[in-house]
Amino acid sequence: MLRKEPFSPNRDGSVAINLDENELGLLRHLFGELRETLMLDTDEGLKRLYPTAYPDDAERDAGYQALVHGELMEKRLNALDEVEATIDNKSLTVEQLNMWMTCINELRLILGTKLDVSEEDYDFDPDAPDAQARAIYIHLGWLLEHVVNALMGTL
Amino acid sequence: MLSNTFTEPPRLTSPIIIDEPKIDTGLDLDTPWVVIVWNDPINLMSYVTFVLQKLFGFSNEKAASLMLDVHEKGKAVVSTGTREKAELDVFRLHEHGLWATMQQD
Repeated sequence: MLRKEPFSPNRDGSVAINLDENELGLLRHLFGELRETLMLDTDEGLKRLYPTAYPDDAERDAGYQALVHGELMEKRLNALDEVEATIDNKSLTVEQLNMWMTCINELRLILGTKLDVSEEDYDFDPDAPDAQARAIYIHLGWLLEHVVNALMGTL
Repeated sequence: MLSNTFTEPPRLTSPIIIDEPKIDTGLDLDTPWVVIVWNDPINLMSYVTFVLQKLFGFSNEKAASLMLDVHEKGKAVVSTGTREKAELDVFRLHEHGLWATMQQD
């Protein structure tokens, strides 16, 4: 049976969410973990969320990080507030879906960094010790692809 | 008749030396900064294309072509300008989880 697109445009410009309770449950859990990870701010997986701006100038980069780290974290937590507040909605505004997009991408960046994924990781081994985390990573990629497809039409 | 002492500027025996402080920043201020997006194994190609369109107003063709440069050549220059502009662009790219850096070329 063909499933419905996870995100489909409504006539009023909003986007309908067509996720089942299992998928929403997983997302609720993952968003909770994202909040904890962002707030603790110690996880090795976070390095991709706060990249170097000046690779050739450590002093300037330290200045940049001091200036933006707190602001980036605050923006991420604010977006997460909105995502968690709208997770049971039937539809989202474009702005809300953009926040879903950045939160889902942050989860992929953290998980992908921890799993040390490479572009050649095409084979999924269900018996690998990190199979569950890899399955979630792949699922989030699928979900993000659909969010991006839905948002492309709104530009 | 009054002496012209008061109507002419005093004659100086040596030129006035204005002590202007010379600040050597070591930078050529006219050289623009470039913002570079680097390839990474995590961000989706469609996501990178979308973010470039959203942040810089590129057409889909332009954004997709830059994304392919990132993917195939390892990096692409996505914006240029003053240091302030480049830093803001880097910040917005970081906000979206892209691996962006800036340098003066």
